[in-house]
Amino acid sequence: MSRPMTIGEKILARASGRKSVAPGELILAKVDLCLGNDITAPLAIKTFEAAGGQRVFDRRRVALVPDHFTPNKDILSAEQAKVLREFARKHKLEHYWDQGECGIEHALLPEQGVVVPGQLIIGADSHTCTYGALGAFATGVGSTDLAAAMLTGKAWFKVPQTIKLEFTGRLPRDVGAKDLILLAIARLGVDGANYRALELTGPVIRALSVEGRLTMCNMAIEAGAKTGIVAPDAATRKYVTSRARFTPRYYASDPGAEYERVETFDVSKLEPVVAKPHLPSNVVPVSKAREIVIDQVVIGSCTNGRIEDLREAAKVLRGRRVSPRVRTIVFPATPTIWRQALHEGLLDVLTAAGCVISPPTCGPCLGGHMGILAKGERAVSTTNRNFVGRMGHTESEVYLASPGVAAASAIKGRIAAPREVRGADWARGVKK
Amino acid sequence: MKFRGKVHKFGHDVNTDEIIPARYLNTCDARTLAAHVMEDADAGFAGRVKPGDVLVAGKNFGCGSSREHAPLAIKGAGVACVVAESFARIFYRNAFNIGLPILECPAAAAEAQSGQELEVDADTGRITNLTTGRQHQAAPIPPFMQELVAAGGLMEYMKKQIQ
Repeated sequence: MSRPMTIGEKILARASGRKSVAPGELILAKVDLCLGNDITAPLAIKTFEAAGGQRVFDRRRVALVPDHFTPNKDILSAEQAKVLREFARKHKLEHYWDQGECGIEHALLPEQGVVVPGQLIIGADSHTCTYGALGAFATGVGSTDLAAAMLTGKAWFKVPQTIKLEFTGRLPRDVGAKDLILLAIARLGVDGANYRALELTGPVIRALSVEGRLTMCNMAIEAGAKTGIVAPDAATRKYVTSRARFTPRYYASDPGAEYERVETFDVSKLEPVVAKPHLPSNVVPVSKAREIVIDQVVIGSCTNGRIEDLREAAKVLRGRRVSPRVRTIVFPATPTIWRQALHEGLLDVLTAAGCVISPPTCGPCLGGHMGILAKGERAVSTTNRNFVGRMGHTESEVYLASPGVAAASAIKGRIAAPREVRGADWARGVKK
Repeated sequence: MKFRGKVHKFGHDVNTDEIIPARYLNTCDARTLAAHVMEDADAGFAGRVKPGDVLVAGKNFGCGSSREHAPLAIKGAGVACVVAESFARIFYRNAFNIGLPILECPAAAAEAQSGQELEVDADTGRITNLTTGRQHQAAPIPPFMQELVAAGGLMEYMKKQIQ
Protein backbone atom coordinates (compact mmCIF):
# COMPACT_ATOMS: atom_id res chain seq x y z
CA MET A 1 0.00 0.00 0.00
CA SER A 2 1.42 3.37 -0.96
CA ARG A 3 1.83 6.15 1.57
CA PRO A 4 -1.07 8.56 2.08
CA MET A 5 -0.47 11.54 -0.19
CA THR A 6 -1.53 15.13 -0.64
CA ILE A 7 -3.22 16.29 -3.88
CA GLY A 8 0.07 17.74 -5.07
CA GLU A 9 2.00 14.53 -4.39
CA LYS A 10 -0.64 12.50 -6.24
CA ILE A 11 -0.33 14.69 -9.32
CA LEU A 12 3.48 14.51 -9.23
CA ALA A 13 3.34 10.70 -8.76
CA ARG A 14 0.94 10.26 -11.68
CA ALA A 15 3.00 12.53 -13.95
CA SER A 16 6.24 10.75 -13.15
CA GLY A 17 4.75 7.28 -13.56
CA ARG A 18 5.20 6.30 -9.93
CA LYS A 19 2.87 4.76 -7.38
CA SER A 20 3.87 7.36 -4.85
CA VAL A 21 6.29 10.17 -4.18
CA ALA A 22 7.57 11.69 -0.95
CA PRO A 23 8.86 15.18 -0.11
CA GLY A 24 12.49 15.68 -1.05
CA GLU A 25 12.48 13.20 -3.95
CA LEU A 26 13.69 14.46 -7.31
CA ILE A 27 11.53 13.38 -10.20
CA LEU A 28 11.37 13.84 -13.94
CA ALA A 29 7.72 14.28 -14.86
CA LYS A 30 5.58 14.74 -17.96
CA VAL A 31 3.93 18.13 -17.99
CA ASP A 32 0.32 18.43 -19.14
CA LEU A 33 0.78 22.07 -20.10
CA CYS A 34 3.62 24.55 -20.34
CA LEU A 35 3.27 28.26 -20.98
CA GLY A 36 5.15 31.47 -21.46
CA ASN A 37 4.47 35.15 -22.11
CA ASP A 38 5.96 37.91 -24.25
CA ILE A 39 8.76 38.52 -21.72
CA THR A 40 9.78 34.96 -20.90
CA ALA A 41 8.91 33.01 -24.07
CA PRO A 42 11.24 34.87 -26.49
CA LEU A 43 14.18 33.71 -24.37
CA ALA A 44 12.74 30.17 -24.24
CA ILE A 45 12.23 30.13 -28.01
CA LYS A 46 15.82 31.29 -28.52
CA THR A 47 17.05 28.45 -26.28
CA PHE A 48 14.70 25.94 -27.96
CA GLU A 49 16.01 26.85 -31.39
CA ALA A 50 19.64 26.97 -30.27
CA ALA A 51 19.23 23.39 -29.04
CA GLY A 52 18.10 22.40 -32.53
CA GLY A 53 14.42 22.13 -31.61
CA GLN A 54 12.42 21.29 -34.75
CA ARG A 55 9.00 20.72 -33.25
CA VAL A 56 7.28 21.13 -29.93
CA PHE A 57 6.43 17.93 -28.05
CA ASP A 58 2.68 18.53 -28.39
CA ARG A 59 1.10 21.55 -30.07
CA ARG A 60 -1.93 21.32 -27.76
CA ARG A 61 0.16 21.50 -24.61
CA VAL A 62 2.28 24.59 -25.26
CA ALA A 63 0.44 27.86 -24.56
CA LEU A 64 1.84 31.29 -25.45
CA VAL A 65 0.18 34.42 -24.09
CA PRO A 66 1.47 37.84 -25.16
CA ASP A 67 0.05 39.78 -22.21
CA HIS A 68 2.82 41.77 -20.51
CA PHE A 69 3.86 44.59 -22.83
CA THR A 70 0.81 44.38 -25.10
CA PRO A 71 -0.71 46.23 -26.83
CA ASN A 72 2.96 46.65 -27.80
CA LYS A 73 4.42 49.47 -25.75
CA ASP A 74 7.49 50.11 -27.91
CA ILE A 75 9.45 48.71 -30.82
CA LEU A 76 11.45 46.20 -28.80
CA SER A 77 8.35 44.75 -27.15
CA ALA A 78 6.64 44.61 -30.54
CA GLU A 79 9.57 42.51 -31.73
CA GLN A 80 9.20 40.20 -28.72
CA ALA A 81 5.49 39.75 -29.33
CA LYS A 82 6.31 38.99 -32.96
CA VAL A 83 8.66 36.19 -31.89
CA LEU A 84 5.74 34.53 -30.08
CA ARG A 85 3.32 35.06 -32.95
CA GLU A 86 5.66 33.55 -35.53
CA PHE A 87 6.58 30.61 -33.29
CA ALA A 88 2.89 29.93 -32.61
CA ARG A 89 2.10 29.94 -36.33
CA LYS A 90 5.11 27.84 -37.29
CA HIS A 91 4.32 25.17 -34.74
CA LYS A 92 0.53 25.48 -35.15
CA LEU A 93 0.07 26.00 -31.43
CA GLU A 94 -3.54 25.48 -30.46
CA HIS A 95 -3.38 27.82 -27.49
CA TYR A 96 -2.15 31.17 -28.71
CA TRP A 97 -4.16 34.36 -28.53
CA ASP A 98 -3.54 37.75 -30.06
CA GLN A 99 -5.14 41.11 -29.33
CA GLY A 100 -8.88 40.95 -29.17
CA GLU A 101 -8.74 37.42 -27.78
CA CYS A 102 -5.72 37.70 -25.52
CA GLY A 103 -5.97 38.38 -21.82
CA ILE A 104 -3.80 38.09 -18.75
CA GLU A 105 -2.48 34.53 -18.83
CA HIS A 106 -3.55 33.41 -15.35
CA ALA A 107 -7.08 34.68 -15.86
CA LEU A 108 -7.29 33.58 -19.49
CA LEU A 109 -6.13 29.97 -19.26
CA PRO A 110 -8.58 28.87 -16.53
CA GLU A 111 -11.38 30.85 -18.23
CA GLN A 112 -10.71 29.18 -21.58
CA GLY A 113 -10.62 25.70 -20.03
CA VAL A 114 -6.98 25.16 -20.98
CA VAL A 115 -6.17 24.67 -17.31
CA VAL A 116 -8.15 21.87 -15.69
CA PRO A 117 -7.95 19.99 -12.37
CA GLY A 118 -5.24 17.37 -11.94
CA GLN A 119 -2.83 18.77 -14.52
CA LEU A 120 0.87 19.23 -13.93
CA ILE A 121 1.70 22.68 -15.29
CA ILE A 122 4.87 24.71 -15.57
CA GLY A 123 4.80 28.30 -16.67
CA ALA A 124 7.57 30.78 -17.30
CA ASP A 125 5.82 33.23 -15.03
CA SER A 126 5.94 33.15 -11.26
CA HIS A 127 2.16 33.50 -10.88
CA THR A 128 1.57 30.18 -12.63
CA CYS A 129 0.78 28.93 -9.11
CA THR A 130 -2.67 30.52 -9.63
CA TYR A 131 -3.98 27.32 -11.29
CA GLY A 132 -3.73 25.38 -8.04
CA ALA A 133 -7.10 26.94 -7.27
CA LEU A 134 -8.63 24.36 -9.62
CA GLY A 135 -6.76 21.44 -8.05
CA ALA A 136 -3.86 21.41 -10.53
CA PHE A 137 -0.18 21.34 -9.57
CA ALA A 138 1.17 24.45 -11.23
CA THR A 139 4.45 26.21 -10.65
CA GLY A 140 6.56 29.03 -12.03
CA VAL A 141 9.88 28.32 -13.72
CA GLY A 142 12.32 30.19 -15.94
CA SER A 143 12.73 30.35 -19.70
CA THR A 144 15.22 27.48 -19.95
CA ASP A 145 12.84 25.14 -18.12
CA LEU A 146 10.12 26.21 -20.56
CA ALA A 147 12.44 25.59 -23.53
CA ALA A 148 13.25 22.10 -22.26
CA ALA A 149 9.57 21.34 -21.66
CA MET A 150 8.54 22.58 -25.12
CA LEU A 151 11.12 20.21 -26.57
CA THR A 152 10.70 17.14 -24.37
CA GLY A 153 7.37 17.54 -22.60
CA LYS A 154 9.18 17.01 -19.34
CA ALA A 155 10.47 18.94 -16.36
CA TRP A 156 12.29 18.02 -13.17
CA PHE A 157 10.82 18.67 -9.76
CA LYS A 158 11.78 18.28 -6.16
CA VAL A 159 8.66 16.99 -4.42
CA PRO A 160 7.85 19.75 -1.94
CA GLN A 161 6.81 19.57 1.66
CA THR A 162 3.27 20.85 2.13
CA ILE A 163 2.04 23.43 4.63
CA LYS A 164 -1.69 23.26 5.27
CA LEU A 165 -3.47 26.58 5.76
CA GLU A 166 -6.85 26.16 7.39
CA PHE A 167 -9.34 29.03 7.31
CA THR A 168 -12.21 28.86 9.78
CA GLY A 169 -14.99 31.14 11.00
CA ARG A 170 -17.20 33.49 9.04
CA LEU A 171 -15.94 36.23 6.74
CA PRO A 172 -16.98 39.69 7.92
CA ARG A 173 -18.40 42.15 5.37
CA ASP A 174 -15.75 43.76 3.11
CA VAL A 175 -13.19 41.05 3.94
CA GLY A 176 -12.37 38.60 1.16
CA ALA A 177 -9.87 36.40 -0.62
CA LYS A 178 -7.28 39.15 -1.06
CA ASP A 179 -7.28 40.00 2.63
CA LEU A 180 -6.95 36.31 3.54
CA ILE A 181 -3.95 35.66 1.34
CA LEU A 182 -2.22 38.88 2.46
CA LEU A 183 -2.71 37.84 6.08
CA ALA A 184 -1.36 34.36 5.31
CA ILE A 185 1.73 35.89 3.64
CA ALA A 186 2.18 38.16 6.66
CA ARG A 187 2.17 35.16 8.98
CA LEU A 188 4.37 32.93 6.81
CA GLY A 189 6.80 35.66 5.71
CA VAL A 190 7.94 36.29 2.13
CA ASP A 191 10.19 33.23 2.19
CA GLY A 192 8.24 31.26 4.79
CA ALA A 193 6.99 28.76 2.23
CA ASN A 194 10.11 28.65 0.03
CA TYR A 195 10.37 25.22 -1.71
CA ARG A 196 7.00 24.23 -0.20
CA ALA A 197 3.45 23.78 -1.42
CA LEU A 198 0.54 25.45 0.33
CA GLU A 199 -2.74 23.59 0.61
CA LEU A 200 -5.64 25.93 1.34
CA THR A 201 -8.42 24.27 3.30
CA GLY A 202 -11.27 24.86 5.73
CA PRO A 203 -14.88 25.98 5.57
CA VAL A 204 -13.96 29.51 4.46
CA ILE A 205 -12.17 28.17 1.39
CA ARG A 206 -15.06 25.78 0.65
CA ALA A 207 -17.45 28.74 0.75
CA LEU A 208 -15.18 30.86 -1.45
CA SER A 209 -15.93 31.17 -5.18
CA VAL A 210 -13.49 29.70 -7.69
CA GLU A 211 -12.48 33.28 -8.51
CA GLY A 212 -11.63 33.98 -4.88
CA ARG A 213 -9.56 30.79 -4.76
CA LEU A 214 -7.70 31.91 -7.91
CA THR A 215 -6.89 35.20 -6.15
CA MET A 216 -5.50 33.34 -3.14
CA CYS A 217 -3.44 30.73 -5.00
CA ASN A 218 -2.10 33.48 -7.28
CA MET A 219 -0.19 34.98 -4.36
CA ALA A 220 1.25 31.73 -2.94
CA ILE A 221 4.53 32.73 -4.62
CA GLU A 222 4.64 35.87 -2.47
CA ALA A 223 5.30 33.58 0.48
CA GLY A 224 7.91 31.85 -1.67
CA ALA A 225 5.70 28.80 -2.26
CA LYS A 226 6.10 26.47 -5.20
CA THR A 227 2.35 26.37 -5.56
CA GLY A 228 -0.93 26.88 -3.73
CA ILE A 229 -3.56 24.17 -4.05
CA VAL A 230 -7.26 23.93 -3.26
CA ALA A 231 -9.03 20.57 -3.35
CA PRO A 232 -11.53 20.55 -6.20
CA ASP A 233 -15.18 20.39 -5.12
CA ALA A 234 -18.65 20.97 -6.55
CA ALA A 235 -17.83 24.62 -7.25
CA THR A 236 -14.72 23.57 -9.18
CA ARG A 237 -16.64 21.00 -11.21
CA LYS A 238 -19.28 23.56 -12.07
CA TYR A 239 -16.60 26.03 -13.19
CA VAL A 240 -14.67 23.46 -15.19
CA THR A 241 -17.34 21.30 -16.84
CA SER A 242 -18.62 23.82 -19.37
CA ARG A 243 -15.21 24.93 -20.55
CA ALA A 244 -12.65 22.10 -20.15
CA ARG A 245 -10.47 21.49 -23.20
CA PHE A 246 -8.65 18.63 -21.46
CA THR A 247 -9.99 15.82 -19.32
CA PRO A 248 -10.00 16.85 -15.67
CA ARG A 249 -8.72 14.55 -12.95
CA TYR A 250 -10.10 15.24 -9.51
CA TYR A 251 -7.74 14.47 -6.66
CA ALA A 252 -8.20 14.82 -2.92
CA SER A 253 -5.59 14.58 -0.20
CA ASP A 254 -5.63 11.27 1.68
CA PRO A 255 -6.46 11.11 5.37
CA GLY A 256 -3.08 10.83 7.07
CA ALA A 257 -1.24 12.74 4.31
CA GLU A 258 1.92 14.35 5.59
CA TYR A 259 2.01 18.09 6.29
CA GLU A 260 5.06 19.97 7.49
CA ARG A 261 2.70 21.96 9.68
CA VAL A 262 -0.80 23.35 9.86
CA GLU A 263 -1.52 27.07 10.20
CA THR A 264 -5.03 27.99 11.30
CA PHE A 265 -6.69 31.32 10.64
CA ASP A 266 -9.92 32.38 12.35
CA VAL A 267 -11.35 34.94 9.94
CA SER A 268 -14.38 36.06 11.96
CA LYS A 269 -12.87 39.23 13.45
CA LEU A 270 -10.74 40.36 10.53
CA GLU A 271 -10.77 43.81 9.00
CA PRO A 272 -9.81 44.70 5.42
CA VAL A 273 -6.04 45.03 5.15
CA VAL A 274 -3.34 46.59 3.00
CA ALA A 275 0.25 45.47 2.43
CA LYS A 276 2.50 48.50 2.85
CA PRO A 277 5.70 49.05 0.88
CA HIS A 278 7.95 47.27 0.10
CA LEU A 279 6.97 43.68 0.84
CA PRO A 280 3.65 41.83 0.45
CA SER A 281 4.10 40.57 4.03
CA ASN A 282 4.02 44.12 5.45
CA VAL A 283 0.31 43.86 6.25
CA VAL A 284 -1.74 46.20 8.46
CA PRO A 285 -5.48 46.75 8.90
CA VAL A 286 -6.83 49.56 6.70
CA SER A 287 -7.73 51.42 9.91
CA LYS A 288 -3.99 51.73 10.67
CA ALA A 289 -3.17 53.25 7.28
CA ARG A 290 -5.93 55.85 6.87
CA GLU A 291 -3.53 58.80 6.84
CA ILE A 292 -1.81 57.61 3.63
CA VAL A 293 -2.68 59.99 0.79
CA ILE A 294 -2.55 58.47 -2.70
CA ASP A 295 -2.14 59.50 -6.35
CA GLN A 296 -3.26 56.42 -8.26
CA VAL A 297 -5.46 53.36 -7.93
CA VAL A 298 -5.08 50.28 -10.09
CA ILE A 299 -7.84 47.67 -10.18
CA GLY A 300 -7.14 44.51 -12.16
CA SER A 301 -4.29 42.01 -12.82
CA CYS A 302 -4.00 38.23 -12.61
CA THR A 303 -4.73 38.63 -8.90
CA ASN A 304 -7.90 40.73 -9.00
CA GLY A 305 -9.00 41.39 -12.57
CA ARG A 306 -11.92 38.96 -12.76
CA ILE A 307 -15.59 39.79 -13.01
CA GLU A 308 -16.25 39.42 -9.27
CA ASP A 309 -13.43 41.87 -8.59
CA LEU A 310 -14.93 44.41 -10.98
CA ARG A 311 -18.34 43.93 -9.37
CA GLU A 312 -16.80 44.52 -5.94
CA ALA A 313 -15.17 47.76 -7.12
CA ALA A 314 -18.29 48.92 -8.97
CA LYS A 315 -20.44 48.32 -5.90
CA VAL A 316 -18.34 50.80 -3.95
CA LEU A 317 -18.04 53.30 -6.81
CA ARG A 318 -21.67 53.25 -7.99
CA GLY A 319 -23.06 56.77 -7.90
CA ARG A 320 -19.85 58.22 -6.51
CA ARG A 321 -16.78 59.96 -7.93
CA VAL A 322 -13.14 59.16 -7.45
CA SER A 323 -11.09 61.95 -5.93
CA PRO A 324 -9.86 64.40 -8.60
CA ARG A 325 -6.31 63.78 -7.37
CA VAL A 326 -6.48 60.01 -7.89
CA ARG A 327 -5.95 58.49 -11.34
CA THR A 328 -8.04 55.33 -11.24
CA ILE A 329 -7.23 52.69 -13.83
CA VAL A 330 -9.33 49.55 -14.22
CA PHE A 331 -8.06 46.74 -16.38
CA PRO A 332 -10.35 43.77 -16.85
CA ALA A 333 -8.14 40.68 -17.19
CA THR A 334 -9.60 39.13 -20.36
CA PRO A 335 -11.80 40.17 -23.31
CA THR A 336 -14.57 37.92 -21.98
CA ILE A 337 -14.45 39.68 -18.61
CA TRP A 338 -14.33 43.06 -20.37
CA ARG A 339 -17.47 42.25 -22.35
CA GLN A 340 -19.21 40.78 -19.32
CA ALA A 341 -18.46 44.01 -17.42
CA LEU A 342 -19.88 45.95 -20.35
CA HIS A 343 -23.08 43.92 -20.45
CA GLU A 344 -23.57 44.15 -16.70
CA GLY A 345 -23.22 47.92 -16.85
CA LEU A 346 -20.10 47.87 -14.66
CA LEU A 347 -18.04 49.83 -17.15
CA ASP A 348 -20.71 52.51 -17.15
CA VAL A 349 -20.61 52.71 -13.36
CA LEU A 350 -16.82 52.81 -13.31
CA THR A 351 -16.38 55.39 -16.05
CA ALA A 352 -19.15 57.56 -14.58
CA ALA A 353 -17.13 57.49 -11.35
CA GLY A 354 -14.09 58.79 -13.19
CA CYS A 355 -12.17 55.55 -13.81
CA VAL A 356 -10.35 54.86 -17.05
CA ILE A 357 -10.78 51.37 -18.53
CA SER A 358 -7.74 49.66 -20.03
CA PRO A 359 -7.57 46.73 -22.43
CA PRO A 360 -6.40 43.51 -20.76
CA THR A 361 -2.66 43.75 -20.04
CA CYS A 362 -0.19 43.08 -17.24
CA GLY A 363 1.23 46.59 -17.96
CA PRO A 364 0.94 48.67 -14.79
CA CYS A 365 1.40 45.80 -12.31
CA LEU A 366 5.06 45.37 -13.18
CA GLY A 367 5.78 48.97 -14.10
CA GLY A 368 5.69 48.11 -17.78
CA HIS A 369 3.25 50.63 -19.23
CA MET A 370 -0.30 52.01 -18.89
CA GLY A 371 0.05 53.57 -15.45
CA ILE A 372 3.65 54.12 -14.32
CA LEU A 373 4.29 55.99 -11.06
CA ALA A 374 6.48 59.10 -10.85
CA LYS A 375 8.95 59.83 -8.06
CA GLY A 376 7.23 60.21 -4.72
CA GLU A 377 3.84 58.98 -5.93
CA ARG A 378 1.73 56.42 -4.11
CA ALA A 379 -0.71 53.86 -5.44
CA VAL A 380 -3.24 51.50 -3.97
CA SER A 381 -3.27 48.50 -6.24
CA THR A 382 -5.11 45.18 -6.38
CA THR A 383 -2.00 43.57 -7.87
CA ASN A 384 0.43 41.22 -6.16
CA ARG A 385 3.78 42.95 -5.55
CA ASN A 386 4.82 46.17 -3.85
CA PHE A 387 8.59 45.86 -4.21
CA VAL A 388 10.83 48.91 -4.60
CA GLY A 389 10.18 50.41 -8.04
CA ARG A 390 7.65 47.72 -8.96
CA MET A 391 5.19 50.12 -10.59
CA GLY A 392 7.58 52.87 -11.58
CA HIS A 393 10.12 55.16 -9.91
CA THR A 394 12.19 53.61 -7.11
CA GLU A 395 10.86 56.33 -4.83
CA SER A 396 7.22 55.52 -5.57
CA GLU A 397 5.13 53.35 -3.27
CA VAL A 398 2.58 50.58 -3.78
CA TYR A 399 -0.04 49.49 -1.25
CA LEU A 400 -1.67 46.15 -2.07
CA ALA A 401 -5.36 45.73 -1.32
CA SER A 402 -8.67 44.20 -2.37
CA PRO A 403 -10.83 45.77 -5.12
CA GLY A 404 -13.24 47.11 -2.46
CA VAL A 405 -10.49 48.86 -0.53
CA ALA A 406 -8.93 50.14 -3.76
CA ALA A 407 -12.27 51.62 -4.86
CA ALA A 408 -12.93 53.24 -1.47
CA SER A 409 -9.40 54.66 -1.46
CA ALA A 410 -9.92 56.13 -4.93
CA ILE A 411 -12.98 58.01 -3.67
CA LYS A 412 -11.34 59.24 -0.48
CA GLY A 413 -7.96 60.10 -1.98
CA ARG A 414 -6.35 58.17 0.87
CA ILE A 415 -6.36 54.58 2.04
CA ALA A 416 -9.91 53.77 3.11
CA ALA A 417 -12.24 50.86 3.80
CA PRO A 418 -15.54 50.49 1.90
CA ARG A 419 -17.51 51.21 5.07
CA GLU A 420 -15.96 54.68 5.33
CA VAL A 421 -17.51 55.55 1.99
CA ARG A 422 -20.87 54.13 2.98
CA GLY A 423 -20.54 55.96 6.29
CA ALA A 424 -19.86 59.29 4.58
CA ASP A 425 -23.00 58.95 2.49
CA TRP A 426 -25.00 58.09 5.54
CA ALA A 427 -23.62 61.13 7.40
CA ARG A 428 -24.49 63.41 4.47
CA GLY A 429 -27.95 61.92 4.28
CA VAL A 430 -27.44 60.45 0.80
CA LYS A 431 -29.67 57.46 0.23
CA LYS A 432 -28.07 54.39 -1.32
CA MET B 1 35.95 26.00 -10.39
CA LYS B 2 37.60 28.57 -8.15
CA PHE B 3 36.78 32.26 -8.08
CA ARG B 4 38.47 35.15 -6.37
CA GLY B 5 36.78 38.52 -6.38
CA LYS B 6 35.67 41.66 -4.67
CA VAL B 7 32.48 41.57 -2.63
CA HIS B 8 29.36 43.63 -3.40
CA LYS B 9 27.02 43.22 -0.46
CA PHE B 10 23.21 43.41 -0.55
CA GLY B 11 20.52 42.84 2.08
CA HIS B 12 17.61 40.42 2.52
CA ASP B 13 14.77 39.70 0.06
CA VAL B 14 16.44 41.26 -2.96
CA ASN B 15 13.78 40.68 -5.61
CA THR B 16 14.05 40.22 -9.35
CA ASP B 17 12.46 43.63 -9.98
CA GLU B 18 15.48 45.17 -8.27
CA ILE B 19 17.92 42.85 -10.03
CA ILE B 20 16.55 43.76 -13.46
CA PRO B 21 13.56 46.14 -13.53
CA ALA B 22 10.70 45.22 -15.86
CA ARG B 23 11.25 48.39 -17.90
CA TYR B 24 14.26 46.63 -19.43
CA LEU B 25 12.52 43.34 -20.15
CA ASN B 26 11.72 44.26 -23.73
CA THR B 27 14.93 42.45 -24.63
CA CYS B 28 16.68 39.23 -23.61
CA ASP B 29 20.14 40.33 -24.71
CA ALA B 30 22.48 39.61 -21.79
CA ARG B 31 24.76 42.57 -22.47
CA THR B 32 21.89 45.08 -22.58
CA LEU B 33 20.45 43.59 -19.40
CA ALA B 34 23.85 43.70 -17.69
CA ALA B 35 24.02 47.47 -18.18
CA HIS B 36 21.07 47.76 -15.77
CA VAL B 37 21.85 44.95 -13.33
CA MET B 38 20.79 45.65 -9.72
CA GLU B 39 19.69 49.12 -10.82
CA ASP B 40 16.72 49.48 -8.46
CA ALA B 41 18.69 48.18 -5.47
CA ASP B 42 21.85 50.22 -6.17
CA ALA B 43 21.80 52.53 -9.19
CA GLY B 44 25.61 52.74 -9.35
CA PHE B 45 26.26 49.00 -9.24
CA ALA B 46 26.40 48.32 -12.99
CA GLY B 47 29.06 51.00 -13.32
CA ARG B 48 31.19 49.67 -10.46
CA VAL B 49 31.02 45.91 -10.87
CA LYS B 50 34.07 44.30 -12.47
CA PRO B 51 34.28 40.88 -14.11
CA GLY B 52 35.12 38.28 -11.48
CA ASP B 53 33.45 40.15 -8.60
CA VAL B 54 31.26 38.26 -6.14
CA LEU B 55 27.72 39.28 -5.25
CA VAL B 56 26.79 38.57 -1.62
CA ALA B 57 23.28 38.86 -0.19
CA GLY B 58 21.06 37.98 2.76
CA LYS B 59 18.14 35.60 2.79
CA ASN B 60 15.69 34.94 -0.06
CA PHE B 61 17.83 36.39 -2.84
CA GLY B 62 15.98 36.55 -6.17
CA CYS B 63 12.44 36.42 -4.85
CA GLY B 64 9.53 37.56 -6.98
CA SER B 65 9.15 37.08 -10.68
CA SER B 66 10.42 34.08 -12.66
CA ARG B 67 12.38 36.23 -15.13
CA GLU B 68 15.52 34.38 -16.14
CA HIS B 69 16.74 37.81 -17.21
CA ALA B 70 17.78 38.28 -13.54
CA PRO B 71 20.53 35.64 -13.39
CA LEU B 72 21.35 36.45 -17.05
CA ALA B 73 21.96 40.11 -16.18
CA ILE B 74 24.19 39.11 -13.24
CA LYS B 75 26.12 36.65 -15.39
CA GLY B 76 26.27 39.15 -18.24
CA ALA B 77 27.91 41.71 -15.92
CA GLY B 78 30.71 39.20 -15.34
CA VAL B 79 29.84 38.40 -11.73
CA ALA B 80 31.68 35.16 -10.92
CA CYS B 81 29.18 33.82 -8.43
CA VAL B 82 26.48 34.73 -5.93
CA VAL B 83 26.76 33.80 -2.26
CA ALA B 84 23.61 34.28 -0.16
CA GLU B 85 22.08 33.18 3.12
CA SER B 86 19.32 31.60 1.01
CA PHE B 87 17.79 31.81 -2.47
CA ALA B 88 14.21 31.98 -3.68
CA ARG B 89 13.22 28.77 -5.44
CA ILE B 90 12.79 29.94 -9.04
CA PHE B 91 15.98 32.02 -9.01
CA TYR B 92 17.91 29.02 -7.67
CA ARG B 93 16.60 26.84 -10.47
CA ASN B 94 17.22 29.46 -13.16
CA ALA B 95 20.79 30.12 -12.04
CA PHE B 96 21.68 26.43 -12.42
CA ASN B 97 19.86 26.21 -15.73
CA ILE B 98 21.91 29.04 -17.26
CA GLY B 99 25.20 28.16 -15.52
CA LEU B 100 25.55 30.97 -12.98
CA PRO B 101 27.30 29.48 -9.93
CA ILE B 102 25.45 30.20 -6.69
CA LEU B 103 26.18 29.06 -3.15
CA GLU B 104 24.06 29.06 -0.04
CA CYS B 105 26.15 29.93 3.03
CA PRO B 106 24.58 31.99 5.84
CA ALA B 107 27.85 32.43 7.76
CA ALA B 108 29.91 33.63 4.80
CA ALA B 109 27.09 35.87 3.58
CA ALA B 110 26.58 37.46 6.99
CA GLU B 111 30.27 38.11 7.50
CA ALA B 112 31.23 39.47 4.09
CA GLN B 113 31.20 43.23 3.56
CA SER B 114 31.46 45.28 0.40
CA GLY B 115 35.05 45.77 -0.66
CA GLN B 116 36.35 42.59 0.99
CA GLU B 117 37.83 39.81 -1.09
CA LEU B 118 36.35 36.31 -1.26
CA GLU B 119 37.74 33.10 -2.62
CA VAL B 120 35.05 30.63 -3.60
CA ASP B 121 35.62 27.00 -4.55
CA ALA B 122 32.37 26.09 -6.28
CA ASP B 123 33.24 22.37 -6.35
CA THR B 124 33.90 21.92 -2.64
CA GLY B 125 31.74 24.81 -1.38
CA ARG B 126 34.67 26.23 0.56
CA ILE B 127 34.44 30.01 0.91
CA THR B 128 37.41 31.98 2.25
CA ASN B 129 37.13 35.61 3.21
CA LEU B 130 40.63 36.73 2.25
CA THR B 131 40.19 40.03 4.08
CA THR B 132 39.28 38.51 7.46
CA GLY B 133 40.98 35.17 6.94
CA ARG B 134 37.85 33.26 7.96
CA GLN B 135 36.75 30.10 6.17
CA HIS B 136 33.18 28.91 5.68
CA GLN B 137 31.53 25.83 4.21
CA ALA B 138 28.55 26.35 1.88
CA ALA B 139 25.65 23.91 1.67
CA PRO B 140 26.63 21.15 -0.78
CA ILE B 141 25.17 21.40 -4.28
CA PRO B 142 22.57 18.59 -4.51
CA PRO B 143 23.81 15.63 -6.61
CA PHE B 144 21.08 16.16 -9.21
CA MET B 145 22.16 19.78 -9.71
CA GLN B 146 25.74 18.56 -10.08
CA GLU B 147 24.51 16.24 -12.85
CA LEU B 148 22.91 19.22 -14.58
CA VAL B 149 26.15 21.15 -14.38
CA ALA B 150 28.15 18.13 -15.57
CA ALA B 151 25.82 17.62 -18.54
CA GLY B 152 26.41 21.21 -19.59
CA GLY B 153 23.14 22.71 -18.44
CA LEU B 154 19.49 21.75 -18.45
CA MET B 155 18.98 21.60 -22.23
CA GLU B 156 21.84 19.15 -22.69
CA TYR B 157 20.66 17.08 -19.74
CA MET B 158 17.13 16.88 -21.12
CA LYS B 159 18.32 15.95 -24.58
CA LYS B 160 20.18 12.98 -23.04
CA GLN B 161 17.05 12.01 -21.12
CA ILE B 162 14.87 11.71 -24.21
CA GLN B 163 17.46 9.75 -26.19
